[in-house]
Amino acid sequence: MPTTMRINGKVFQSHSAPTARLLDVLRNDCHLKGTKEGCGEGECGACAVLVNGKLVNSCLVPLGQMERAEITTVEGLPEDSALARAFVRCGATQCGICTPGMMLAATALLAEHAHPTLEEIRWGLSGNLCRCTGYGRIYAAIAQAAGGPADV
Amino acid sequence: MSLTGAPAQRDQRADSPARVDGFAKITGSALYVDDLPCAGGLFGATVRTAMAGGILQEVIFDPAMDWSDFVIVTAKDIPGVNAVKLLENDQIVLVERTFRHAGEAVVLLAHADREVLGMALKRVSLVEQLNPDPIFDIDEALQAEREMIPGNLYADYLLNRGDLAEGERRAEVVIEACLRTPAQEQLYIEPQGMLARVQANGDILVEGSLQCPYYVLDALVQCLGMDKNRLRVVQSTTGGAFGGKEDYPSMIACHAALLALKAGGRPVKLIYTRGEDLRVTPKRHPSRTLIRLGANKAGTLQFIDMDFAIDGGAYRTLSPVVLSRGVIHAPGPYKCPNIRVRGRAVATNHPPFGAFRGFGAPQSIFAMEVAMDRLAKKLGMDPAELRRKNLLRSSDVHATGEVVGADCFAHATLDVALERTHYHQRLAEYKAWNAAGHPTRKGIGLATFAHGAGFTGNGELHLASRVSLQVLAHGHVEILCSNTEMGQGAATTLVQIAAEALGLPMDSVYLAQTDTSRVPNSGPTVASRTCMVVGDLIQKAAERLLRRLREAADLPASYDAQDFAAACGRLHAAKGDALVTAHYHPPAGMLWDEQTFWGRAYASYAWATYIAEVEVDVLTLETRVLDFTAVQEIGKAVHPVIVRGQIEGGVAQGLGFALYEAVLWNARGVMANDRLTNYIIPTSADLGDIHVVLLEGGLGAGPKGAKGVGELPMDGPAPAVVNAIQQALDIDICQIPVLPEYLLERCAAKPPAQEIPTVRREY
Ligand code: FES
Ligand code: FES
Repeated sequence: MPTTMRINGKVFQSHSAPTARLLDVLRNDCHLKGTKEGCGEGECGACAVLVNGKLVNSCLVPLGQMERAEITTVEGLPEDSALARAFVRCGATQCGICTPGMMLAATALLAEHAHPTLEEIRWGLSGNLCRCTGYGRIYAAIAQAAGGPADV
Repeated sequence: MSLTGAPAQRDQRADSPARVDGFAKITGSALYVDDLPCAGGLFGATVRTAMAGGILQEVIFDPAMDWSDFVIVTAKDIPGVNAVKLLENDQIVLVERTFRHAGEAVVLLAHADREVLGMALKRVSLVEQLNPDPIFDIDEALQAEREMIPGNLYADYLLNRGDLAEGERRAEVVIEACLRTPAQEQLYIEPQGMLARVQANGDILVEGSLQCPYYVLDALVQCLGMDKNRLRVVQSTTGGAFGGKEDYPSMIACHAALLALKAGGRPVKLIYTRGEDLRVTPKRHPSRTLIRLGANKAGTLQFIDMDFAIDGGAYRTLSPVVLSRGVIHAPGPYKCPNIRVRGRAVATNHPPFGAFRGFGAPQSIFAMEVAMDRLAKKLGMDPAELRRKNLLRSSDVHATGEVVGADCFAHATLDVALERTHYHQRLAEYKAWNAAGHPTRKGIGLATFAHGAGFTGNGELHLASRVSLQVLAHGHVEILCSNTEMGQGAATTLVQIAAEALGLPMDSVYLAQTDTSRVPNSGPTVASRTCMVVGDLIQKAAERLLRRLREAADLPASYDAQDFAAACGRLHAAKGDALVTAHYHPPAGMLWDEQTFWGRAYASYAWATYIAEVEVDVLTLETRVLDFTAVQEIGKAVHPVIVRGQIEGGVAQGLGFALYEAVLWNARGVMANDRLTNYIIPTSADLGDIHVVLLEGGLGAGPKGAKGVGELPMDGPAPAVVNAIQQALDIDICQIPVLPEYLLERCAAKPPAQEIPTVRREY
């Protein structure tokens, strides 16, 4: 039984086994390499995507649960959003391996809190590990994208 | 700025253009090694020893399994030398018979299907005979009868200044301590990996996640027995490294290339899982320091005596160099007439330890800085005051005998840090808080330190780095160097330096992909040398390029990008040489004796004072960092936003080192907590505010006086946090990470029992 979902707005049918990880389906079947694998066990958030608007770690999600789901990966985010611009300007990316997941976490956060407090930002990102930045520049980028002052 | 004599503090918004790699990373289009196309390719995997050193007696491939569609490589398939090229050829590429630690590679497998490959790994069994009494502890190794190598020592150094006995006579107050730091995992979020392919003409291309392309190239030359010109190493976007991708990528590259050689033209991708990466790749060297400090009653240091030992693991790899940096940094930024530091790198049966941000210095600085607070306590002196009394000033003599020049800002960083944190006021507030019987205790602790940038001593001379600039006909300039972007911002910083030196906008300059078939060897990307040493070479090459364009292509004295492009067009039309190269020349007075640790160890030191404010819950004994202030003198911030990001990121790693990151070992000497669920690094919810204050003295050896930035943030956090906790709880802390379990033990043991083991202390 193929699984049918919408990925970044396009209908996609996968014939992989229902037990296949969504992460592998995205990377190997859809060639969406922006979703990264950092740990494979739900700890790092490098594989985070939005499923029906909610942030999930795609390494933990079996394909079988994705029937009719609406999935957004980093490739599905607008390239020229306030968030993307703020990430570049504030230095929120260093090695970049966590960045796709961070972009999705930030997108989910801003959808919930249009003007998040620092505490809300901290909690919103707490499922996404970054070893490079110490998170400070990422907070600044999100605050700036939300129209707040960015302490850069 | 209110403090006279302190360098200027900069507006960090200035001079921070967008990162050149920002867009690709933010849109997810940057390709990391696992993202590289590998059509028709195979996946590789590694069968490893299970025992902590011994003899491999037999390799058994399950006869029930059909092995015909696997590529299988063992030691006998190695065409060249079975050793990873580094300081010494002691680490083997594949075990043939004897081995020294659990996790050494024995058999390499490749198959088109990752799942089948995973199953096959379990169908290869190794018959191993364990060596008796494997050793996992530094002092046990020093005392052991059984020697893996002579004395179980990879290196044994002595820094000896003045007369220790004289210092002991003059000292009125003496403290003694034994301090330990653990292994620490770099935990770059992208695990290590390589992709190798044999090309149609038989040449081999290896691409992957790495720091030092020429190290990998040299390793391939030796292992494959092939000519340099037939091998090509290319860096893919690298998802963090921090030192962890300095030496081990050579091993993985050799493995991937060996598989590719037998794979009939199919490419082979060898990507480590997180668990494998944690178990086998090198981590920060654990350390044990016995330290004695003596001062007169006024607090002036009379002697520093340290026995500093690091666990090198089962092969030498980079340990002697890590040790050397640890020894040089051990006495800290202090003036003291009598100093003895003995440093030893010890052989054990752990997988080899390696490079990690700071490279030996965080270990010895930790010991020195925690000991300084113990001394302050015994003297009844404020720790900041004790430091102020002893910090180096210009024209003082450094521990290596070098007279400190004008480029010394130890006092400036201390003054600014005390002022910024309202140190004395906080100290009083926290004392009052602690006396009031709240359910928490608070403390404020500091660390003052310096870190030398670039290779130690004559290292840069031996490297003989070269950097080239190539002009294209339409006026763009390409930087050719072997230094890698691994997240630290090198690509942006180097482009910025070149653009500025050439008077061009940044989008006219780009950094060529790190590909050994194109770029000259400008040395490895380590030791905070890229901006300072390589940036300086870029600046020199730019000057040379402008001279050539003026002389050979009529570039006017004042020009814009269009004039520049026109001149480049003329140079190309006249078939002029469009490539210029700059070579490294050591700064004047760069004399260094590696035997006696005498002379000028580094072209520049950067200076810092870090202050941690902590709160410890009396019930749970959990420590929270309330506030962290990093005041750092860095010469010149080429790109203030990148610099700040480097410092914040490094401080976060340093706080992890101080409070959370515990590597647990299993009985075979391998990391037992080999998952992100149980090796804990700081998340955004764990970290409080990190304030960064940059001071720019403008006297570093790099462009416009820049010097290394990225390693200091690893040196300061652990001692600052430990000093704050010691103060908050009024106990002695002898090791990190300061987990609640450890605090429970220490609080129970109060008054502090001295944990000073008896070891050989002869010098
Ligand atoms: S790879 Fe999915 S959470 Fe780490
Ligand atoms: S930027 Fe490297 S892990 Fe976040």
